[in-house]
Amino acid sequence: MSDMSNAVVEKYHNDFLKEVEAHVEEGEWVKMCMQCGVCAGSCPLGPHWAHPPQEIFMMIRAGKREEVLSSDAMWMCTSCYNCIVRCPRGLPITHIMHGLAHYAHRLGLAPEKQPTRVFAKLFWDNITKTGRANELKMGLSLYFKDGFGNGIKEAMKNKALGQAMMKTKRLNPMEILGGHGVKDKSGLHAMLAKAREIEDAKLEQGK
Amino acid sequence: MADEKLSAEKPKIGAYICKGCGLGERLEGAQLTMIAERDAKAHLVREHDFLCSEEGVKMIQDDIDNEGVNRVAICACSRRAKTEAFRFEGVAMSRANLREGVIWVRPDTDEARETTEEMAADYVRMAVWEVKFMTPPKGNEEAACQRDILVVGGGVSGLTAALEAARAGYPVTLVEKSGQLGGKAGQAWKAVPDRAPYRDPVDTGVADLIQACEADDNITIHLNARLTRTAGAPGRFEADISVESGTTVTARFGAIVQASGYEDFDANKLPGLGYGKNPDVVTQQELEALARAADGGPIKRPSDGKIVSSVAFIQCAGQRSNKEGLLSYCSGHCCATSIKQAMYFKDQNPDIDTNILYRDLRTPGSGGEDFYRSGQEKGVTFTKACVDGVEATGDGLKVRFEDLILDQETEEQVDLVVLAVGQVPNAGVNIDAVPLEDEAEDETEQGAEAKPKEVFVPVESILNLDYRQGPDLPQLVDGFTDSHFICFPYETRRTGIYATGPVRRPMDIISAREDATGAALKAIQAVANAAAGRAAHPRSGDLSFPHFRKEGCTQCKRCTVECPFGAINEEDGYPQFNESRCRRCGTCMGACPVRVISFENYSVDTVGQQLKNIDIPDEFDEKPRILVLACENDAYPALDMAGMNHIEYSAFARIIPVRCLGSVNLIWITDAMNSGYDGVILMGCQKGENYQCHFVRGSEMAHQRMSKVDDTLQSLSLEPERVATYEVAITDIERAPQLINEMAETIERIGMSPFKF
Repeated sequence: MSDMSNAVVEKYHNDFLKEVEAHVEEGEWVKMCMQCGVCAGSCPLGPHWAHPPQEIFMMIRAGKREEVLSSDAMWMCTSCYNCIVRCPRGLPITHIMHGLAHYAHRLGLAPEKQPTRVFAKLFWDNITKTGRANELKMGLSLYFKDGFGNGIKEAMKNKALGQAMMKTKRLNPMEILGGHGVKDKSGLHAMLAKAREIEDAKLEQGK
Repeated sequence: MADEKLSAEKPKIGAYICKGCGLGERLEGAQLTMIAERDAKAHLVREHDFLCSEEGVKMIQDDIDNEGVNRVAICACSRRAKTEAFRFEGVAMSRANLREGVIWVRPDTDEARETTEEMAADYVRMAVWEVKFMTPPKGNEEAACQRDILVVGGGVSGLTAALEAARAGYPVTLVEKSGQLGGKAGQAWKAVPDRAPYRDPVDTGVADLIQACEADDNITIHLNARLTRTAGAPGRFEADISVESGTTVTARFGAIVQASGYEDFDANKLPGLGYGKNPDVVTQQELEALARAADGGPIKRPSDGKIVSSVAFIQCAGQRSNKEGLLSYCSGHCCATSIKQAMYFKDQNPDIDTNILYRDLRTPGSGGEDFYRSGQEKGVTFTKACVDGVEATGDGLKVRFEDLILDQETEEQVDLVVLAVGQVPNAGVNIDAVPLEDEAEDETEQGAEAKPKEVFVPVESILNLDYRQGPDLPQLVDGFTDSHFICFPYETRRTGIYATGPVRRPMDIISAREDATGAALKAIQAVANAAAGRAAHPRSGDLSFPHFRKEGCTQCKRCTVECPFGAINEEDGYPQFNESRCRRCGTCMGACPVRVISFENYSVDTVGQQLKNIDIPDEFDEKPRILVLACENDAYPALDMAGMNHIEYSAFARIIPVRCLGSVNLIWITDAMNSGYDGVILMGCQKGENYQCHFVRGSEMAHQRMSKVDDTLQSLSLEPERVATYEVAITDIERAPQLINEMAETIERIGMSPFKF
């Protein structure tokens, strides 16, 4: 996997496109983009992206591997599905964005401090532990992601909200002790490990 | 001259006044009858409550049969309405437009009543006087019926035209200058698919087409042959075909289809792209040869025979450019062709990198978009780019370009570069580039305004026409033969000679086949029209044709020069009309300074008498008169439609439809001014490069002639504002009446004409 993170590709040749097709969810759709720009125009976060989707697709075809995978553009997707609805060529753009983000993350090329990525990592760790989302822990880990001092500050800021939620039974303080989970936790963990193994093998194979 | 003609057959005029459609309520029928009888001296006048009814039509027919009426003036609706009902054989007919031209454009009020009645009275006078000077058209006596069709060019267009005409039962002679049939498409490896699923390149079909033509008994093929002379007219063309052996075959034809095709734009004129310097930069046509050589195997690059592993296609090479010497237009086929050629590589080996560098991807035709999508599915890369140049590197080529999506300068390393150069029509001699003596004079007069003449580069003529105006078809723009692409395709400015394929406009194989089928049908139509002595498009079916009075002719040659269709040759200095070449526009009639040219039912007199015989109130009546000469193709229908929409215009206007503004003779303007009209408006079609004129040059001629009318006005001490020439479209339903009203206002401002007697 470390090799894949700095593969060299020839400009405008199909190397990187083929890599995307092999490893990115719905990646085989990238070549079908006709650069109309409807996705870019439809995206509610459009102005905040470094590269709108159609530009990302062109960058893939131009072989700009490093720039695409280290970009924070696809991390900005909020999954509103506007682009999918409107794409005249029927590209599953939202899915491709998530696929690209995921692939970049696995290669270790995704921007380290990208907030969406940080949140995604925290959420994954949180939910895979017991098989159920632990909202209390999730909230706390978000508060403390930038250090202890910051965490206290953030927690105090949201004190009233937290207490109100507890009062109305929207938040259970006992969750701090481990929390609820699925019946067969070890089974879940084994399943996830197997899935990872398959994906890694695929990645290894495609190299 | 008119008297001579009139004496040939004793005219008996019947005037028929309709009272239907509200005419009876709005207009005084008895008054109009009196005017037709006493003022205009019609021999017989009848009123009818519903003239276009079976009964009304029968009334007229009975008069024709029993009373000897041979001139019919119908005073009812527009000449454009009820044409089926009012169709009488063997008589001359005129129409007074009392409905669309009078009651529908005037308010139904007491104040307006008087001027409305005057308007109607004038139109009745005009109709009767017009028909008095008409004779029933007899048809072209020189009608000839040669059914053979000559096809020039043996490419896809020519072969298709030949086959279609032959299958319709017409003998065809096909002349091809090279030694083999098939043209450019015959050299191609595969073609863009012409039917669903539009996924893969398909067989060109040219071999089948050639075989079908060769097997057809109705088709005679001459290879290595040229036309050394083409003379005559539709129905009686005579062509000298010089064949390979050095002998000349002379044959007669009814119509000609010119399918002379195109040449590739010379890629040597694109130095930055490395063509000519590097053998691995090829044109699309040259790639077809490489693909043929590979025969389904891997395509090898020309320089060292290495199997191509990456290729870039540069679209719009020397096309869609405003640079001098390059093509300004899009050739239409090249995007699909490049997609097809990229598939030559991808279908053989999907690992080959193919990149199409386009500015705008255009894949016209029903399957274009599907084919583009298929290219994408096969992994062809499409890059919106502006190519800066191609350079040789160690092992291959470097294409430098600006990626227009990523907005950056970049480059790609490839083995082979394919240039999509455009189609240059093979149209022969540009006859307008050869300065004619008369036009040279014109130019000095116009001075700086004159358009710089194109440089005359000697090229071999294709048709070698024995026509006064030059040996080949006139060109419209960029060397393509003249034709109105949308309204009347195939038509050229030489009747009976139809251009088809890329000589007419850039096109691909699919369009060329469709196009050639159309041209073959047009040729057949021309043969039929010529045989019946009728006009071809746009006055199809018209039996009138121009006569000239030789005694009066001064041999000034204006008619022979100005005829938009080159219909008139010269014989001993006099014009020689070739009736079946004539489109009946009357541009010659408008041009003639001594007014010796006329049609049976349309002449200097038929219009002149109309405008002279209206009632001109004297200066102190404050009732000006505005003469409107409106082109019957666009301006007149626009005014009719204004009537249908009840858009009012000045009651002082008197509208006379003309066949084309080109037929307007300046004498009409002078006569109108002398008779005391206060203003004259000419309404013609759009002229120039995007002309809308049905007769191509008529409107332009008229505008040119009218630019010189100021002198005439000055000699009469009249203000130049009194004569205005406009370009009016058929859609100008509100503007046309407005132009009339503006003239009425102008007259109010500058005062009445002093020429009222």
